[in-house]
Amino acid sequence: MIEQLSTIFSYEFMRNALLASMWISLACGIVGTLVVLNRIVSLSGGIAHAAYGGVGLAYYLGQDPMLGALLFSTVSALVMGTAHRKSKTGADTLIGVMWSIGMAVGIIFISLTPGYKANLMSYLFGSILAVSSNDLKLMALIAFVVLAFVILSYRSLLAISYDETFSTVRNVQVNLIYLSMLVLIGLTVVVSMRMVGLILVIALLSIPPAVARVFLKDMRGIMLLSFILSAIFCALGLVISFLTNIQTGPVIILLASTAYLISLLVRQLLTAKRQ
Amino acid sequence: MQNKAVISIKNLWAGYDSDTILEDVSFEMFQEDYVGLIGPNGGGKTTLIRVILGLVKPDRGTISVMGMEPYQGRKHIGYVPQFQVEDKQFPISVWDVVAMGRLRPSIFANFRMSSSDKQAIETALDQTGMLEFRNRTMNELSGGQRQRVYISRALVTEPKILLLDEPTSSVDSHSSTQLYDLLAKLNDHIAILLISHDLTAISTYVKTIGCVNRRLVYSGTKEITSDMLDIAYECPVDLVAHGLPHRVLPSHQEGHQHD
Ligand SMILES: Nc1ncnc2c1ncn2[C@@H]1O[C@H](COP(=O)(O)OP(=O)(O)OP(=O)(O)O)[C@@H](O)[C@H]1O
Ligand SMILES: [Mg+2]
Repeated sequence: MIEQLSTIFSYEFMRNALLASMWISLACGIVGTLVVLNRIVSLSGGIAHAAYGGVGLAYYLGQDPMLGALLFSTVSALVMGTAHRKSKTGADTLIGVMWSIGMAVGIIFISLTPGYKANLMSYLFGSILAVSSNDLKLMALIAFVVLAFVILSYRSLLAISYDETFSTVRNVQVNLIYLSMLVLIGLTVVVSMRMVGLILVIALLSIPPAVARVFLKDMRGIMLLSFILSAIFCALGLVISFLTNIQTGPVIILLASTAYLISLLVRQLLTAKRQ
Repeated sequence: MQNKAVISIKNLWAGYDSDTILEDVSFEMFQEDYVGLIGPNGGGKTTLIRVILGLVKPDRGTISVMGMEPYQGRKHIGYVPQFQVEDKQFPISVWDVVAMGRLRPSIFANFRMSSSDKQAIETALDQTGMLEFRNRTMNELSGGQRQRVYISRALVTEPKILLLDEPTSSVDSHSSTQLYDLLAKLNDHIAILLISHDLTAISTYVKTIGCVNRRLVYSGTKEITSDMLDIAYECPVDLVAHGLPHRVLPSHQEGHQHD
């Protein structure tokens, strides 16, 4: 077993993949907790799909697709987030619209771009096994920024997530904090996209915190446990995918979903026991 | 003692979008005041509080809090909301909710809590009898216990003005008596504006009564005259029944408008 593992991780691409998944788990565990507690999971889905438009445009213009994705995700995060704050229900439609525009724009620009398109698939389905050292650095940077931001502004973040009105009355910088949070969501979405793919990013953001909050009742604890869970799903997923030759992204998500189902059962048992 | 209004509202009109909720409201409150506000559901009591807190901008008229614009003056206000529109499942402890009252405005300024912050939180929890629940999560509390936590959160801001929007609506009679005793004590140095539908409590504990139903009827006298109680009873009962708020009020308005 140990021997097998050391064989697996003797490959540099596997070591890179493992390291990358740790950084992503860190960012997603923290940001995902904010997303779940602020109930903006669908907004994150919108960001992820809008980012695809950026990928397409960047390809068409011959730029780095990561750059396009970053730009689109940040702008869409700010637009949808602002709408969400004005009216929690009214933003629903806008999120759906931006979601589909992103995909449409992405696909149109890609079909307009001549040449080999295999690389693009990696944005849809993930290419954790093809992580470059530059990607690694970027992921580490973003994970670090997310961590630092949350540590420094934890109380303010908790306050606006729980009771925005009271925070406003205390003159907490609600707008600044909220917008920073949205930008961090956008950044994290783009980074994770490289690994598990656009479609599955949402799962990695929402499932670990959903599992964690069954067991913990403290935002900090949920963030930490989400990170740990996510890291376990990713590491396990990498190994399984290596051994079975199945794509990494879907394996990770299946693992996470299984854990989610188990946690739902546990919650049922917990509430049943209380009665 | 200088006689400067802590809240001063002049000919204020306010509402949501094109809906006017408050008409021509004038109101002055002083440091030693303890004002009880009554009025029918939808009469605009909560809206008036939101205007004082700078959450709703007036369409016309002026308002100042501690001589400042509401968004500045509100740092001196301890606010207890009517009921929390909250995620009942939100994972937050009683302690962390009350700690919100010690937040500093700047985003990174809340990195650490000072020991005086912690002391203040403990005192505020003790004052409402919630100290033993400090480590509970909010969703493990009853409605009345939650309200007491929100009162602690307001107290911990060390306010000069307390705005309480139906703080006892789901508090049992023993705890609400305790709360009113506490408020009476706090009134030594804090001006209190209390909204309640509990007329008995209002008439027992507050110093002056006002009635809000689009317009505000407030005489600002320190005694509760039978005439005022008339208005108080009449206003919620009559106005709801006839649905014609401002038709009924003007005759009282004339007599009680103060300038
Ligand atoms: N956010 C809002 N947007 C639009 N209209 C609102 C909003 N909040 C309140 N209203 C309306 O303003 C009117 C006054 O509401 P308000 O909450 O001030 O009444 P209230 O006197 O506090 O009533 P209650 O005794 O039920 O608490 C109501 O008709 C209500 O429908
Ligand atoms: Mg109200």
